[in-house]
Amino acid sequence: MQLTITINGTPVTRDVEPRMLLVHYVREEAGLRGTHWGCDTSNCGTCTLLVDGTPVKSCTMLAAQADGHEVTTVEGLEQGGELDPVQKGFIECHGLQCGFCTPGMMLTGRHLLDHNPHPSEGEIREAISGQICRCTGYKNIVKAIQWAAENPATSEVSA
Amino acid sequence: MTAVEDAPISAAGNPIGFGSMKRVEDQRFVRGQGNYVDDVNLPGMLHSAILRSPFAHARIVSIDTSAAEALPGVHAVITGKVLEGIPRPSLLGDNFAWMPTLSYDTQAVLATDKVRFQGQEVAFVIADTRYIARDALELIDVEYEPLEPVMDAKRALDADAPVIRDDKGFTDNRVVDVHGQTAWEAGDKAATDAAFAAAEADPDCVVVTQEIMYPRVHPAPMETCGSVAYLDKVTGQLTLYTTSQAPHAHRTVYAMVAGLPEQKIRIISPDIGGGFGNKVGVYPGYVLSVVGSIVTGRPVKWMEDRSENLMSTSFARDYHMTASIAATKEGKILAVKVHVLADHGAFNGVAQPTNFPAGFFHIFSGSYDYPNAHCVVEPVYTNKAPGGVAYACSFRITEAAYMIERLVDCLAQEIEMDPADLRLKNLIKPEQFPYKSPTGWEYDSGQYEKTMRVAMDIAGYDELRREQAEKRARGEYMGIGISFFTEGVGAGPRKTMDILGLGMADGIELRIHPTGKGVLRISVQSQGQGHETTFAQIVSHELGIPPEDIDVVHGDTDQTPFGLGTYGSRSTPVSGAAASVVARKIRDKARIIAAAALECSPDDLEWELGRWYVKGDKERGKTIQEIALLSHGSLELPEGVEGHLDATVVYNPPNLTYPYGCYIAVVDVDPGTGQVKVRRFIAVDDCGTRINPMIVEGQVHGGLADGIGMALMELIAFDEDGNNLGGSLMDYLLPTAIECPDWELGETVTPSPHHPIGAKGVGESATVGSPAAVVNAVIDAISPFGVRHADMPLTPANVWRAIQGRPVRVDMAIVE
Repeated sequence: MQLTITINGTPVTRDVEPRMLLVHYVREEAGLRGTHWGCDTSNCGTCTLLVDGTPVKSCTMLAAQADGHEVTTVEGLEQGGELDPVQKGFIECHGLQCGFCTPGMMLTGRHLLDHNPHPSEGEIREAISGQICRCTGYKNIVKAIQWAAENPATSEVSA
Repeated sequence: MTAVEDAPISAAGNPIGFGSMKRVEDQRFVRGQGNYVDDVNLPGMLHSAILRSPFAHARIVSIDTSAAEALPGVHAVITGKVLEGIPRPSLLGDNFAWMPTLSYDTQAVLATDKVRFQGQEVAFVIADTRYIARDALELIDVEYEPLEPVMDAKRALDADAPVIRDDKGFTDNRVVDVHGQTAWEAGDKAATDAAFAAAEADPDCVVVTQEIMYPRVHPAPMETCGSVAYLDKVTGQLTLYTTSQAPHAHRTVYAMVAGLPEQKIRIISPDIGGGFGNKVGVYPGYVLSVVGSIVTGRPVKWMEDRSENLMSTSFARDYHMTASIAATKEGKILAVKVHVLADHGAFNGVAQPTNFPAGFFHIFSGSYDYPNAHCVVEPVYTNKAPGGVAYACSFRITEAAYMIERLVDCLAQEIEMDPADLRLKNLIKPEQFPYKSPTGWEYDSGQYEKTMRVAMDIAGYDELRREQAEKRARGEYMGIGISFFTEGVGAGPRKTMDILGLGMADGIELRIHPTGKGVLRISVQSQGQGHETTFAQIVSHELGIPPEDIDVVHGDTDQTPFGLGTYGSRSTPVSGAAASVVARKIRDKARIIAAAALECSPDDLEWELGRWYVKGDKERGKTIQEIALLSHGSLELPEGVEGHLDATVVYNPPNLTYPYGCYIAVVDVDPGTGQVKVRRFIAVDDCGTRINPMIVEGQVHGGLADGIGMALMELIAFDEDGNNLGGSLMDYLLPTAIECPDWELGETVTPSPHHPIGAKGVGESATVGSPAAVVNAVIDAISPFGVRHADMPLTPANVWRAIQGRPVRVDMAIVE
């Protein structure tokens, strides 16, 4: 079946099997390999990306379900050569080690801050609780998102 | 030797030497530009899938692959019979159906006679896409004749237990190591038995015995295992992109397995999405991707899914320990003895130094000073997946540290002594280092009491005990748990430590280019530890070159010198030392070149960071960058001195390093539900010199989360039919940000005296040390119910059963 999914602002049209998972569409058809796959069962959240701005585990969503929708992946976080504050926060606070869960974590962090610019520690932990990191013990991921909350992009401040 | 110093800051804002510095790696990772194995797509690449056994123990009657082969898009279906037909010119058997393990056992690549664990590899499909490959698995018809599975290590040695390894002609289920041994002992049995006999007879002494199980768990890195193999039939070159923590060791193993010339094998470990020991072994899937490329002439990718990961590649632990401790009633420890029934699964696939078949479990005497200790480890085969040494275990020190720290708490409960006081009374004293342990290990350095008091201060230990007493009075169950652990890491001295005959020394190469910027080529493999950052810092510390001017190359056997890889916390103790020594070699050569340029004797020169200068005339000198240019120029050099500024080193560590720490967990237990909440966790680590404190703390954070996971939720259990009950992340529970508290860290710094920069390694410390702290805290909380021990994982159900006085075997399906 033919699908058109707008990924990071660019429409991507492909003829694929109806059973194709969104994570494979993004990785193999659109060639955006920053989105990773981790478990098949929606438990680890490694494959999290944003569909119409909402975090979704892309290993449990068919690509066909995203037909006509807007998808944001980690590759879409950087704007105009400037890293998103969440990306900067992860670097500043050592919020990543192996980097495998990082794209999904950052997208969830971005979504949280878009809806709650000043989250508490508990709200951040709750927001990322559907995603697993085996390296960091989460403390520095929490700090990274806090850093981003305290250092918003200029565009966010003026908006 | 400098433990902590304020390094000068480079133009880019980095410390020239040690100190917290942002990671080089992060720039690509936060942009989604990491390059993991599943991101590798070669032209013409095919995909694959493995058919796995639904039975734990069954004879294969027949396999019909015809329908799968007829499916459009399928290129080949390979079975064990096919592999038996592929000749292999190798020392290790004459065909591909079996391969050597890292413990001199053999493991089936694809089962030919029997399947021996649920999830074992039975057939391999190569197809145009991963979807077609999976479809084809459904079309393979395998007829099995089920056999009784052996799922309990305690059943394995029964006279009537089915024999699992009949392929080897064995008549029972004992694992036999390369030396013909079926039990692995350490310590002085006679002296230890005598000490226990004396304690039993002495009314002022006690003996406490406890059965302690460390159940089977799994490292479960977020990236599963996988590989992309391409054998170029024209050149004979095999390129293997693979999730490997030890690319050089793997190259040699593939040379042996595949009978390929080693110079034609190139192993590339690109970015690795976490390893924790899961990516040390050579698995059938990797070998099958190579076979697939040989058969099809095209690149073949194999990536395991999460269930395959949890069910087939590299479990950890599965130690059934019976431990006894003898002590005076005043709390002076006299002796410890342990018997271990070690469940090795269906193949002995343990990755550890050859002469240490029980890993470093024999360091079990812990952080305490007492003269007598003895243990026996009896390994058995069961119908479970192979593995055993994984999950940041420091070669089984995890099991040892958990055992001794649980045992000490059992003793404290028996003699009604505060567990902190009991530990303080028995800790090895600073003046006793180097300390010879009762099982023969030489601990290098430590200030144990100081470290423990730092932890108790951060925790506010006395105040916590007061709070606990008040809460108990109102019927609330709060617990405080302490763990004091010592690891031995950095394997190891090549005289005594090897894997498959490969001595555990590490090569390294440093080249300083004419403009004073350099490339360091290392053999160890980061899986998230940040080697590209910390190894540049070590060179920077030695040469004064800013870390941003040193690139670190790793993960490609064609680009780096030979070394044994990253596991057992060995990167810093072994290759970190190599980096320091190779940089010092460059510094020494730079001195000769500077002397030639300054027309003086090398002996007249003094070093300050980044520069040789003339003694007494500090203005006259040459920076390392100036020397680099001179070394490549036309300066006349002394007889026998070559130009350029390059060096190589093979570092052979003189001993292990012994990082240690004191952890304190504070938990609240709801006795009605058995729910445990870890309220606080204090971790004070002493890993010697800290190259990059930010990274050290990150390593500790991750290991502490492992401890929460293993203590409270992680478990690979089986039912009596052999079904794996932890085969997905819906069943194998991993800790999230909700279960993990806001870690409270502290530090002491006691450098290793034999390591060039005094660093000890920290990658596994927290995983080793933290489970006991959590379990001790939970038992402390529920001790008013008369509980002295309960096995991990302390799930609500298991805590509730312990409170009710009805504990069950946690590693088997629960039948009540």
